[in-house]
Amino acid sequence: MRRLLIFIKKEFKHIIRDPRVLLILFGMPVVQVLIFGFALTNEIKNSKIIVLDYAKDDLSKKLINKIEASKYFEIVSFVHSKRIILDYFRQGKIKAAVIIPEKIASDIIHDGNAKIQIITDATDVNFANSIKNFIRAIINDYQYELFSKESSKINIITEMKMLYNPQLKGAPNFVPGVMSMVMLLVCVMMTAIAIVREKEMGTMEVILTSPVSPIFVIISKVVPYFVISTIDLALILLLSVYVLDLPIQGSLFLLLAESLLFIITCLNIGILISIRTSSQQVAMLMSLVGMMMPTVFLSGFMFPIENMPYALQLLSNLVPSKWFYIIVKDIMLKGTGLEIVWKETLIIASMMLFFLIISLKTFKVRLN
Amino acid sequence: MKILFYILQKEFRQVFRNKPIIAIIFVVPIVQFLILPLAADFEIKNINISVIDYDKSSTSRLLINKISGSGYFKISSNENSFKKALKIIESDNADMIIEIPANFEKKLWRESNQKLLVAINSINGIKANLGGFYILNIINEFNNELQLNMKPIFQTNKGIDITTSDWFNPHLNYKIFLIPGLLAILVTMVGGFLTALNIVREKEIGTIEQINVTPIKKWQFILGKLIPFWILANVVFSNGLLLGYLIYDIFPRGNLLTLYAFIDIYLLAVLGLGLLISTFSETQQQAMFVMFFFMIVFILLGGLFTPIDSMPVWAQYFARLNPVKYVIEAIRLVMLKGSDFEDIIPQTISILLFAIVLNFLAVLNYRKRV
Repeated sequence: MRRLLIFIKKEFKHIIRDPRVLLILFGMPVVQVLIFGFALTNEIKNSKIIVLDYAKDDLSKKLINKIEASKYFEIVSFVHSKRIILDYFRQGKIKAAVIIPEKIASDIIHDGNAKIQIITDATDVNFANSIKNFIRAIINDYQYELFSKESSKINIITEMKMLYNPQLKGAPNFVPGVMSMVMLLVCVMMTAIAIVREKEMGTMEVILTSPVSPIFVIISKVVPYFVISTIDLALILLLSVYVLDLPIQGSLFLLLAESLLFIITCLNIGILISIRTSSQQVAMLMSLVGMMMPTVFLSGFMFPIENMPYALQLLSNLVPSKWFYIIVKDIMLKGTGLEIVWKETLIIASMMLFFLIISLKTFKVRLN
Repeated sequence: MKILFYILQKEFRQVFRNKPIIAIIFVVPIVQFLILPLAADFEIKNINISVIDYDKSSTSRLLINKISGSGYFKISSNENSFKKALKIIESDNADMIIEIPANFEKKLWRESNQKLLVAINSINGIKANLGGFYILNIINEFNNELQLNMKPIFQTNKGIDITTSDWFNPHLNYKIFLIPGLLAILVTMVGGFLTALNIVREKEIGTIEQINVTPIKKWQFILGKLIPFWILANVVFSNGLLLGYLIYDIFPRGNLLTLYAFIDIYLLAVLGLGLLISTFSETQQQAMFVMFFFMIVFILLGGLFTPIDSMPVWAQYFARLNPVKYVIEAIRLVMLKGSDFEDIIPQTISILLFAIVLNFLAVLNYRKRV
């Protein structure tokens, strides 16, 4: 036991000695939580637009004021000809243009009908759609004010209720994803590289000739990363609760237990990769292509799974972080308990067993 | 000049001998281009709705039909209490609840005012926001139709018509947005990682000492390292461009020359970053980690998936220090909107500054070390 402790201490020293590794271990989670939590939103805010106002009358001015007063848009300039609009788009200065026709006021009064045109930069599809919707809502609102006196309207009042995330922040969607990314980084990639490094440099041989049993060697390699990933876990949770203002709705104990399960699964994958490979570069590549990329693409935290082609949806079931993502989202944000997430938990647990068995088997073969 | 040629020869041989690197250069782009655009479909469609209809009148049924017929929504379940519907949301089988109160139809006729509750799972903010808008539009439309049927006398048909046109992407194809961004990321990753790793590798296995005792000058060594990756990155970029055209039928609208000119200037900056990081690291592992850290920050803050305009002000300032932001902007402008070189002059100047500063620092730091 004391020997094991000494080994673990040696490994810790290896890690802590290098500030570049520390940057990844502790800097990465903090930076990711902050960026995902604060900087990445799809909210429409101060979107830059231009207005081409042919009418220049009372009515159009009021409408423009209304658009400008909303926090969604910022009118960068008023232009006078349609041709200039293209230039603005081509320089990437605006997201949309609103064109108000010449006789808007008289058109409304006489024909009861006027046309306003919205041109969007549709290269970003969702953004363009949102912008159209917002401008449309503002114009409709304005219209309602114009005509409300003269009609006794039938009115269905829609009461909207945003569940779980009333301010529509981006963070709730991302924090569980960041958790699984960091776990993968630390437990799979770093662990695999650390073990393979000893192999590549030949120091593994030296250790194996010592009276320490090979299992101990692996354990002493893994324990520091286990400790570091739990620290990262705590760090992420603290940041998301106190900095991002994202309270944990469900049971903290359950969340921690599930996270530990996921960490152990990841460590198993890391060990498996290190057993199967003999150079750091290959280990790095395998953890990147085999684990990181699927997590980013297929776990559902960056891209909605339900929109993917069926084959990819099936494939996503093999990605452990997909299940972890669902579990964390349910417990942290919806406050559900084990009665809802037991299925996902079972899947991760069996994945862990699977990797454990395979690595134990391969490990024995190699040491013979 | 002859010496430089020999160094280049050596570098190219080493690159082509290294199988994982060849894989990175040629296979990763293909995988990325095949899978990512398929996976990264942010279009909002198929929003599942759980309906609670306490009214069960012809009006409520008409409304439900209108919603399910709109194309955006799918009625996934009918429940008889809000609690049960909430359970459906918790199990992720629905994204939205619509509750139609009892006597909805009657009250609408008599008091011409009636409430309707829509509750949306807003963990995914974008989806909730757009879904909310869609449903509001449908309900408003329904409202107007009812009005027309019930009180035709009052229907004056006055109003502002709003027409919209979607420029540069009339079919609202999401992939068009993604491909140029992916190209930018591809070039950045290949150029940055390969340069950083390559130079550090010479340090790690000790061959850099051997080069140092030869009459090779510093500038020859650095150029000999940078030129191969500059060329390789150009090959990767052309590869990606070709793939984008073959698979997704996306071809740059702007001038190809402008595009390449910008990318080549940008590559100077990226290679400079790789060089700088390599002078700070002793092992490939360290170089890899540091590069990885910067890449993640740069890519996330580069506006690939979420617009920079929506970021908080501090992040926008921060994004100005991010070369990836400029290249994504410029490639999108040239490829999608057909912008000319004059249009992307601001981006070009910024990138040129990056290239000068990064390479200057790298060369400065390199001299000290060796």
